[in-house]
Amino acid sequence: MARIEAARAGLGRLDALARRDSPASRLDPRTKVLATFAFVAVVASFGRLDLLRLAPLALYPLALAALGDVPARPLLVRLALASPFALGVAAFEPILDRAPAMALGSVVVSGGALALLTVLAKFLLSLSGALLLVSTTPFDEVCVALGRLGLPRALVSQLLLTYRYLFVLAEEAGRLVRAHALRSPERPRPSAGEGARLVGNLLVRSIGRAERIHAAMRCRGFEGTFPVRRSTSPGAGDLAFVAATVLLLVCARRWDLPALAGRALFGVFG
Amino acid sequence: MSDALISPAVGGTLWAATAGLTAAAARGVERSGDDSRIPLMGVLGSFVFAAQMVNFAIPGTGSSGHLAGGLLLAILLGPHAAFLVMASVLAVQALFFADGGLLALGCNAFNLGVLSSYVAYPLVWRPIAGPSPGRGRLVVASVAAGIVGLELGALGVVLETTASGISSLPFASFAGAMLSIHLAIGLVEGLATAGVVLVLWRARPELAGGPGRANGSGLRTVVVAVAVAAAVIGGALSLVASDRPDGLEWTVARIAGVESPAAPEGGLHAALARLQGRTAVLPDYDLPRGDAAAGRKGGSAATSLSGLLGAAVVLALALAIGSGLRALRRRNGGS
Repeated sequence: MARIEAARAGLGRLDALARRDSPASRLDPRTKVLATFAFVAVVASFGRLDLLRLAPLALYPLALAALGDVPARPLLVRLALASPFALGVAAFEPILDRAPAMALGSVVVSGGALALLTVLAKFLLSLSGALLLVSTTPFDEVCVALGRLGLPRALVSQLLLTYRYLFVLAEEAGRLVRAHALRSPERPRPSAGEGARLVGNLLVRSIGRAERIHAAMRCRGFEGTFPVRRSTSPGAGDLAFVAATVLLLVCARRWDLPALAGRALFGVFG
Repeated sequence: MSDALISPAVGGTLWAATAGLTAAAARGVERSGDDSRIPLMGVLGSFVFAAQMVNFAIPGTGSSGHLAGGLLLAILLGPHAAFLVMASVLAVQALFFADGGLLALGCNAFNLGVLSSYVAYPLVWRPIAGPSPGRGRLVVASVAAGIVGLELGALGVVLETTASGISSLPFASFAGAMLSIHLAIGLVEGLATAGVVLVLWRARPELAGGPGRANGSGLRTVVVAVAVAAAVIGGALSLVASDRPDGLEWTVARIAGVESPAAPEGGLHAALARLQGRTAVLPDYDLPRGDAAAGRKGGSAATSLSGLLGAAVVLALALAIGSGLRALRRRNGGS
């Protein structure tokens, strides 16, 4: 629970960040959504030992964070809270693959160690790409952009409502758990049966809430879909951002920039 | 499932499959014409997050667990709406909680949404539970569907990881570990789901009929969905088959590679790299195997070293551009 509680506490901060005015927040949300997907796909396209070739891609999150004036700390905190499943799987690599893959003077790096570091680098890059999208774009604008890019309307409403009530219900669940812990201080964690009753209780309250929300929506003229605000259109800034992103992704994918830089600068070693 | 473990081919395939199912599910929900379901689905999406905060003790293990929610949503909402809710929950998780990632979202929606909504619920839960289940039937149906859903999901993770070729875990031992862990998780999920449903039906007996029947989610759509699911799983399997000419041979090669670094792995590896097209591993990194590692260390060491220094320079450049942009912004904002 601590993990989700901490993540939820940071969610408000991310939302506040996204609502400030900055060059990155003024970009068309569709531009940012598409750039994020392209970036994540290019990061994933590198092979399991391509650690060094990922280096140029760090420019994307660094530049977007700079343009959006996003401080590093909240992002790093959220990366630290991220699910470590990928790293857990990659942790076996150094045991499974001991073939030397890289030699630095007399130090030989095994394929497994290199693969583990590559997974770690991909993990940090692709997750920071996603986090930067939502810390430079308010989530309702992300949803509208997804709708304009062809996401079904039912799913767009679903995303908007899930995000909207996330804060409310998470607080309600927090209260239930805290109240249980106060009532039974010697055994603060509920047993399985008590847990099912707590969650069941939360479910009954949530359904009641949904019924009240529906009544309120009907009062305001809701007839099945949310009206979509069409305020943004791509401008010169978007063109520059797209051009820079495409240039970076294509160059990083097409050429081995670190090797070229290394050869140009330190060719004497070779 | 995580972005760092999958290849664009696997991520893209699963994205395409789930995108098709999402469109079908959205049409199904919109066609039902009941606009009270929209706020209900939204609130239940948030409820899944909130329910995951309630950690309870798992008897006899000393560890704790929480509800994942896929099966519960299918029981409450029917397959189409449950899948849409699960997809949106996973999207919010990928974006705000850095769980999984965007490329892996297709895989996650498939493993946790499609398999519970369109396989475990209609093919396991409904036949066992029947039209108006009592306490016993509900528990049995939920446990069976919970186990089937999570085992299939775990199998999906293993297949997707293996097909991507990022991890070198042997398929058999990875699958063995994942399936046995998820057997226990599925059991807990089923019991917790049944417990929560019982609380709800006691408090709101009018909801006990379940909406799955009310909105007439026909058998036909379910059959089509399962066929699509099977096609996608088959596709993932054939990806494994084409990348790794023989799963067993590949595993053996891997294990042999662990025992002696000089094993002739280069040929197979190079073939894989060619198959992956432009994602090929740099030949320089393949060099220091076998004789190269023992003998001609000098040349390859120098290339590696200059590559590392080059990467450091590129990274420093990226950092410099980032902080330059930041400084520029500060100055413009301040003036």
